[in-house]
Amino acid sequence: MVLQARYADVPIEEKQRLFDEVKADARFESYLYGCYECGICVAACPSARFYDFSPRKIAQAASREDLPMFYEQLNDDIWNCSQCFSCTRCPRGNNPGGLITIMREVSINNGLTSAKTALEGYGRVVYKIMSTGTQVSPDMLQPNAFPDWGPHVQEISDNLALWRRALPPDTMHTTSTAWYVDDRTLTELYLIWHMTGVLDMIKQVDTGLHMILNDVMEELLEEAGFTPE
Amino acid sequence: MPIPLNVLDTRRDSREERGPAVPPTEDVREQVFELEAKGEWLVQRVPDPWIGVTTKYGRIKKIPVAKTWHHKSCGQCGHIPGYSTAIFWLIRKLGLDYNDPKDQTSCTAWNYYASATSNQGAQAAVAMRNFGAAYESGYFPMIHCGTSYGHYKEVREELVHSAQLRDEVRRICDKLGKPFVMPEEIVHYSEWIYAMRDEFAKRRVLDLSSIDVTVHPACHYHKLVVEDAIYDPDVYGGQRTAVVSAVVTALGANVKDYSTWFDCCGFGFRHILVQRDFTRSFATLRKIDVMREEANPDVVLTHDTGCVTTLDQSQFAARAHKPNVGIPVMSEAQFAALAMGAHPYRVCQLHWHSTEYRPLLEKMGIDWRERWREFEDDLERLKKDDKAFLTWEDADA
Ligand code: SF4
Ligand code: SF4
Repeated sequence: MVLQARYADVPIEEKQRLFDEVKADARFESYLYGCYECGICVAACPSARFYDFSPRKIAQAASREDLPMFYEQLNDDIWNCSQCFSCTRCPRGNNPGGLITIMREVSINNGLTSAKTALEGYGRVVYKIMSTGTQVSPDMLQPNAFPDWGPHVQEISDNLALWRRALPPDTMHTTSTAWYVDDRTLTELYLIWHMTGVLDMIKQVDTGLHMILNDVMEELLEEAGFTPE
Repeated sequence: MPIPLNVLDTRRDSREERGPAVPPTEDVREQVFELEAKGEWLVQRVPDPWIGVTTKYGRIKKIPVAKTWHHKSCGQCGHIPGYSTAIFWLIRKLGLDYNDPKDQTSCTAWNYYASATSNQGAQAAVAMRNFGAAYESGYFPMIHCGTSYGHYKEVREELVHSAQLRDEVRRICDKLGKPFVMPEEIVHYSEWIYAMRDEFAKRRVLDLSSIDVTVHPACHYHKLVVEDAIYDPDVYGGQRTAVVSAVVTALGANVKDYSTWFDCCGFGFRHILVQRDFTRSFATLRKIDVMREEANPDVVLTHDTGCVTTLDQSQFAARAHKPNVGIPVMSEAQFAALAMGAHPYRVCQLHWHSTEYRPLLEKMGIDWRERWREFEDDLERLKKDDKAFLTWEDADA
């Protein structure tokens, strides 16, 4: 049996390049100190119970710089992680979940097909958080979005505006954002996305979303007299 | 499987004989102050009065009593609004001063852990913009979401250890006209609830001695920057964080242990939104089922957004093949508020929850039919535009 048969056609230089990007992240050093192969992280890992997935293998591939295995994980494994950080129980002080956060960032930055697939159906959430400053809104509670949550989602969505008015805190009467965020604050958030290159990351994985976000943001930024660098 | 608490007792005894050990991790707060001394940033002090609580390795953490700036949570405000409302209600009940800001953004970490469509610089800038806004208001940040709390503690470590990251974020804060300021402590609301639990107990109006509770400790509360979470040798031998559990005990209800308490809830950040088959399976098979089997609780209490959502909402679909599900889920803030006489709908907003909670209310001695009738009257008045919104005065009428 040949191990790591997948992605044999991808040149090793490409795998090395992506691995080097992961390794260059400032957090990498403090997330990996070698690995005992003890499997404590696997025992604690929720994703390992339901997927063919192992934080031990993530730590192993990264410490051994096993490029074929790393590349496989980058494409086939990292999006299964729950980012719960139960694996920080590692007696070696490793943080396999943290390594995965970095690997995901690299996969987005490089516009990998697997990253695009993983984010299918997720674009509306990115749009919500980046454009409104809150991640989930009451009006996302639609029966077609959460059919498995039962009929009470329909009840919430039918009564949404009224039920939001029945909340004593006056920041929470909103329906399209989780709470009221003022315009000045939104503008500041947009400036952060611009200045830190997050919009460029979005461009790598979803050009349509990038265009819409840019449109929404540029207008408010200009109005407020901010010029993105 | 019974939980070997006797092992924990032995460990505790031997620890007492050995005396206090040197904490295995650095105290990042010392470096936060060193950076202030070097003129790198301002440190916002915890306002007086504060309460000292003990963290994992015996260090003292300051929890502000009042003058708190409420860093709200997307999922709480958006989908479990009784969660945030109950926190504010508890503060108001104690007559304490607080600030519910409109210049706060999400920490954006839910999205970061779900999609990675962000980076270290952006995440740190979002955190420091919020901290700057709190500082300007004169109120001290209190973080409602466990993920925001864990993430901000990671951001704090990253900023402390990287001059380059500090420079990048300082430049952004300058551009926004925000002060570059780090709070002296990063405080989760559940730490405040823990610190104030005796005050709540004094104001308790319901007898909870027959209520059995299982506690789900939130991953991002106790697994990220572990040394900063609250522990108490008297709660589960000091092996499990003391927040929530100690509150349940103080309120006179019973904490019941179960073997999978360390497991996450199954939220998964991206899974809850786009891959919920995993979330549902994990939440029911590894948590709710095990709780039912080993502890048969009346209610599950937790202290984070995703955990309440996941454990509560996942039970509906599982009913098709698992008669064992059906345990109501809420935050310890809602539970404490109910114990102190808060309205289950006006304050705790339980109609936003999925799993049947009415038998629990009955067992707690709450007449939910009458309370729902009152709330329906409120809704009628709102519908007729007699008033624009339900007010705090209405909530306690
Ligand atoms: S962070 Fe990922 S790898 Fe680590 S325990 Fe959680 S699901 Fe497993
Ligand atoms: S717990 Fe740590 S040392 Fe053990 S297998 Fe996992 S990463 Fe390796």
